[in-house]
Amino acid sequence: MLNEAIATEDLCKKYGSITAVKNLNLKVYAGDLFGFLGPNGAGKTTTIRILTTLAKPTSGRAWVMGFDVVEEPAEVRKTIGVVQQHLSLDRSLTVKENMELRARLHKLPLVERKKRISELLEYTGLSEHANRLVDELSGGLQKRAAIACALIHEPRVLFLDEPTAGLDAHARRRMWDLIRQLNADGVTIFLTTHYIEEAEALCHRVGIINGGSLIALGNPMELRSKVGLCTVVTMANNGKVSYHYFPSREEATKYIQGLPNNLKAIVVRESNLEDVFIELTGRRIGEE
Amino acid sequence: MSFFADVYSVFWADLRLLKRNVARIIASSLIYPLLYLLVFGYGLGRSIVIEGQNYLDFVVPGIIALTSMMDSYNGASTKLHIDRLYYKCFDELLIAPISRSAIIVGKASSGVVRGLMSSLTMTVAGLLLSTKFRTNLQPPLHALLFLLSLLISCLVFAFFGVFVALTVKSHEDLHTFNIFVMAPMSFLSGTFFPPESISEPIRTILYLSPLTHVSQNLRSIVLGQPLPWSSQVALLGFGILFFMLCAWRLKNLGA
Repeated sequence: MLNEAIATEDLCKKYGSITAVKNLNLKVYAGDLFGFLGPNGAGKTTTIRILTTLAKPTSGRAWVMGFDVVEEPAEVRKTIGVVQQHLSLDRSLTVKENMELRARLHKLPLVERKKRISELLEYTGLSEHANRLVDELSGGLQKRAAIACALIHEPRVLFLDEPTAGLDAHARRRMWDLIRQLNADGVTIFLTTHYIEEAEALCHRVGIINGGSLIALGNPMELRSKVGLCTVVTMANNGKVSYHYFPSREEATKYIQGLPNNLKAIVVRESNLEDVFIELTGRRIGEE
Repeated sequence: MSFFADVYSVFWADLRLLKRNVARIIASSLIYPLLYLLVFGYGLGRSIVIEGQNYLDFVVPGIIALTSMMDSYNGASTKLHIDRLYYKCFDELLIAPISRSAIIVGKASSGVVRGLMSSLTMTVAGLLLSTKFRTNLQPPLHALLFLLSLLISCLVFAFFGVFVALTVKSHEDLHTFNIFVMAPMSFLSGTFFPPESISEPIRTILYLSPLTHVSQNLRSIVLGQPLPWSSQVALLGFGILFFMLCAWRLKNLGA
């Protein structure tokens, strides 16, 4: 039986009349690299805030490494590392000082503190930037510094909220490599993203959230095969775009042969997680 | 012991910044008190006698009380509200395995240290400028009481600063609060004139300000008068109240 690193049961969070998370039932297993995919405002960050004890659920329950996030927040905090969507480091301190602060907050003894800081600077490729103020670093380096800080106490579960938002392509690839390495080293990772390619490239399992509700859960291949592995996108002369899904390329080809020849464009491609989202919600991720 | 270690961990980051900018912090915190001293002590106050006292002897304890209030309040609130609302790095303290009380006391410590730094510097100025100050602070017990009163004042206003920083929703909120609450409190709390000279019911309102009690404590020691223990008790009450309000705010931050 797989160990559950994270579990939620009918989790709800309301802010006044707005329901940010609706009856969320989710399991993330130890060692998983789990992606929470959805448009902005879907409820991803709210879910992370509840799981990391920063917000209390309105109803329902959630556990991290078996500890209830409401009843046993102190135990949860010992087992998790968190990299927030916004940079949550103290910008007036250096990278090393930020790491030392986290190490102190997690009560690491002096010798272990020094050892761990040195190891993590090396691991995240930040050794040469250790004594620079966080405010002076590029976006990619700041994110890596945030990860280094989050790892200082060797957490068993790492939450990454939009870890590559705002990074350029090169910095994003380097961040992906680091996330894969962390997961290979045994850290369970729960990341949120609104980038389809990020969820597909990194995650073993993906949950798709929209309007606060979980609308799909599974590994990327499973989810794609549910809608059909091959997608035909057609554009009519009036600009209307339609998506059609097929289990195989052969069936997609047969369908194309029957299409009228007055269409503006026809594209045949492999389905992706955005197609899953479109099929389930009728709109693209990022469309209001 | 773990509680104090946690408090120090929270305070550690602010302490790094304090060490880095100590000269600038002290210099900037002394500008207003020195201007008050110049204008009220030497300018307008030269010919004033209050309660049979030379106005300079009267006003210096008030200015020291005011300095302790402003610097401990600003020292605790300014960075905290920026860290909470804009840089969001306050969240990192909330997800650290430390108690909420340690966060409150750790954050208040920054205000206490800054308040003590500037108010002690102003005390040195008082010792240089006022003979009464030198005479009445000479007995060790008086000096100790004076320091204790300053420490309590800094703690009260640092907790108040933490509470305000945990409550405001924007930088504009903090600015508005400072203009409508802190500025009147600075001038109307027995700092520049005795509250007894004001008629009721305003006098009673002035005693609702913690600064009135700090001014009275410090002034009574400097002028060689009996210590108003009721003011010490009132200040302890304010300290406990502000600490509880901080705890209540922290508890409700994520609700």
